[in-house]
Amino acid sequence: MSEFILILLSTLDSTIRVSTPLILCAMAGLFSERSGIVDIGLEGKMLGGAFAAAAVASITGSAWIGLSAAIGVSVCMALLHGFACITHKGNQVVSGLAINILASGLTVTLGIAWFHQGGQTPLLSGDARFYSIDLPGALAVADVPVIGAIYSQLISGHNALVYLAFFTVPVTWWIVYQTRFGLRLRAVGENPQAVDTAGISVFWLRYRAVICAGILCGIAGAYLSTGQNAAFIREMSAGKGYIALAALIFGKWRPKAALLACLLFGFLEALTVRLEGVDLPLIGQVPTQLMQALPYILTVVLLAGFIGKAVAPKAIGVPYIKER
Amino acid sequence: MSNKTLPTWVDVGVLPLINVCLAFIVSGFVILLIGESPLEAVKYIVTGAFGYDEGIGYTLFYTTNFIFTGLAVSIAFHAGLFNIGGEGQAYIGGLGVGLMCLSLDSFMPWWALLPFAIAAGGAFGAAWAFIPAYLQAYRGSHVVITTIMFNFIASALMVYLLVNVLIEPGSMAPQSRSIMEAATLPSMQNLFAAIGIDIANSPLNVSIFLAMICCVLVWLLLWHTRLGYAIRMIGFNENAAVYSGINTRRIIVITMCISGAISALVGINEVMGAQERILLDFVAGAGFTGIAVALMGRNHPVGIVIASLLFGALKQGGAELSFENPDIPNNIVVVIEGLVILFCGALTLMTKPSMEKLFLKFYAKKENANV
Repeated sequence: MSEFILILLSTLDSTIRVSTPLILCAMAGLFSERSGIVDIGLEGKMLGGAFAAAAVASITGSAWIGLSAAIGVSVCMALLHGFACITHKGNQVVSGLAINILASGLTVTLGIAWFHQGGQTPLLSGDARFYSIDLPGALAVADVPVIGAIYSQLISGHNALVYLAFFTVPVTWWIVYQTRFGLRLRAVGENPQAVDTAGISVFWLRYRAVICAGILCGIAGAYLSTGQNAAFIREMSAGKGYIALAALIFGKWRPKAALLACLLFGFLEALTVRLEGVDLPLIGQVPTQLMQALPYILTVVLLAGFIGKAVAPKAIGVPYIKER
Repeated sequence: MSNKTLPTWVDVGVLPLINVCLAFIVSGFVILLIGESPLEAVKYIVTGAFGYDEGIGYTLFYTTNFIFTGLAVSIAFHAGLFNIGGEGQAYIGGLGVGLMCLSLDSFMPWWALLPFAIAAGGAFGAAWAFIPAYLQAYRGSHVVITTIMFNFIASALMVYLLVNVLIEPGSMAPQSRSIMEAATLPSMQNLFAAIGIDIANSPLNVSIFLAMICCVLVWLLLWHTRLGYAIRMIGFNENAAVYSGINTRRIIVITMCISGAISALVGINEVMGAQERILLDFVAGAGFTGIAVALMGRNHPVGIVIASLLFGALKQGGAELSFENPDIPNNIVVVIEGLVILFCGALTLMTKPSMEKLFLKFYAKKENANV
């Protein structure tokens, strides 16, 4: 039995690790989509951020400077998205797709040209990485049954960005539901004309929303290349941005539900690794590929309206044209 | 905004050209940024793509794929649908083509098998597009999101099938057995050899003629049939389409199925033509390039052929470039693709107003002169 608990704890522990980029990206998408801007560019912004973080951290030797670079690059890409979709009323899906493809091409091109390692950045060590932090008292309570194990294994021992990711969820909730900015953000995603009539700039609001998205995707990228891994590897975002988007939709564009969806999808990923080659009673072996496809299948089923209904912000995807 | 302010030749000819040029200029800066010469890169790309017959063969081979996916994306665009799932539809379509070939290859030659393979591939591709289409039309979910999800599901499904079901017994690589020689499409080399012309070996095969036929058929469908009229009407103004008695839901589903079936023809070119077996990831991004092709080609078959040729040349030339100069990886082609999507797709409205101003001035002057 204790073995089972150990396995469960370590699976949950890796759930937290793999959920972190999903949570950050889902919150990023929440800001953007709640303001009415479709954001399929989460993937690209995260990838760009990951490359910037690893490249700058390997040169400067500081993970924090790397993190700032990641945020900078990701915000620039978000501004490009804004420039295309808000200022020039371009198609938001096309723009997001362009950002994803650009990021995928540019990171490898620049990586090979600058570091000559087949698209990788040099291995990071020392201060250039985010290491796991032992929370105070983790060692002392480790022997206490259940609670001690949960505290020392599950809650303690992650790097700073993991805690930051979980912290962004209540902050996002607070901003979106409790502040004046949040109220306007939600309003502009539902009925931009009303917001405009109230004398508030729709453009500036939406720009602020995509900048928020850029910041969060940048952190997610930095986590991938300087926290979870020790270098940038080509295509390292590996569809996580799309899973985060799926989680956001699965969570019906709400912070708490999106967090739960991210944890669910993260748990599925952690479980995939755990179940590889294991015979389950009654079912037998579960194909890895089925587990990998499950987040997408679940999201499609949700979108089909079979488990509740996901209602998108009303004005999503529609460029706002101010009447003159 | 009005389309009338610009003459048609500017709108469909000059504007896309300007946008593509902007994309190329920015790409040039990227090459400068990594410390290489853009002009030299252009030289390698052009000679790599068109300089010798093997290069031309590869260029046209890639062009064939892009014509299929470009047409598929454009037909959905005409109905106002964004089919981002060409990649998955082509992948599953290729499965259909491959299964048909593998089951019938010992019974019939390629020309008898081809209609069956097209039908099977088309049915598989259409089926893969049907679910997102149905969900969009009848359950109100958005086709963009569902087709993205279906790309990932297709990729997981194909890995599962190739690793566990289709794998050639005794083989380590996740791929099916080879299709028998007589059942694969003749390569262009053999075709030319039959009429006494010697060209170098390349994966180029008779699928390119199929691509040309598809262009004509899509053109006929969109501009000369009742269904095509309904498709374009939905894209132009869905409310008007409903009001004029068009069953928009049904047309949306049909359009997406046609789109998926055309994507699936990539499977004819790759599985039945070049690779002669089903293998992992044979689509290799052609579905996404199709989006760039459709945007650049303005959703018209003629434009799509031109844009496909450009992207085919870029793909082949890019490979040649990175071979000649390893410091420029062929991912630069991906960068160019992204920039073309950005400038021809997302930023099309950026250049338009300034062009309109320019032309208004020009016309105003002309009218003054006439007075």
